[in-house]
Amino acid sequence: MMMKRVLTLVLFLSLFGLLAHNVMEMPGKFTVDAPAYNDTTQHYLDNAPSETGAINVVGAILADYRAFDTLGETIVLFTSIVAVASILKVTDKKTREESHDE
Amino acid sequence: MNDIIVKTVARILIPFIQLYGIFIMLHGHVSPGGGFAGGAMIGTSFVLYTLVFGIDKSKKKFSERVSEYAESGGILLYIALGLIGIIMAGSFLTNIDAGFPKGTPGSMFSGGMIPLLMIGIGIKVASTFITLFHTLIEEEEA
Repeated sequence: MMMKRVLTLVLFLSLFGLLAHNVMEMPGKFTVDAPAYNDTTQHYLDNAPSETGAINVVGAILADYRAFDTLGETIVLFTSIVAVASILKVTDKKTREESHDE
Repeated sequence: MNDIIVKTVARILIPFIQLYGIFIMLHGHVSPGGGFAGGAMIGTSFVLYTLVFGIDKSKKKFSERVSEYAESGGILLYIALGLIGIIMAGSFLTNIDAGFPKGTPGSMFSGGMIPLLMIGIGIKVASTFITLFHTLIEEEEA
């Protein structure tokens, strides 16, 4: 029992060390070499109207460059409505009457 | 709610809210807005209708059958447009390379498939709003 506890502790500490090491290796938020500051942003701002024909760059990113992501968002909405309907909606009249009798 | 002032104001206001929602939805590629914002406006106009005129009248305007078709129709329109991209250009949801007309940037008819996608998203968001509200209201009354 004691052995198991020590083993768990060592495992978690080593995992924590690995994660902490990775966090220390990350570039800072406002440094030039941060991965968010690559040339994609500039490419969108420069070429969105000529590549997509839409002058609203946000719309161009939403529905052209990242259209697959927007499809995922739409599917999330669909899943949410299916979940709510399956829990709240009692379409069967018999079940509804039975639940009222209880 | 049985108040004549609220009923009259809502009756005048709702068409304008819906018109503005459609405007925002169709101009997603020209001005700020898009399918999500426009769909939310149309959805909330129906929520207002339900609050003022009651669930039974609202059910006649937007029945469960309509909501079923709108729910799946919006998403199917989106996927169908993506499949056109696969057939014409080889990758999912291709816009200009798949042969959608680019138009003049800044005009109403521009941006290839972006307005069509926005319409799909708008239908989906609006019907999600309405269906959620109707389901919750019904649950309270049952």
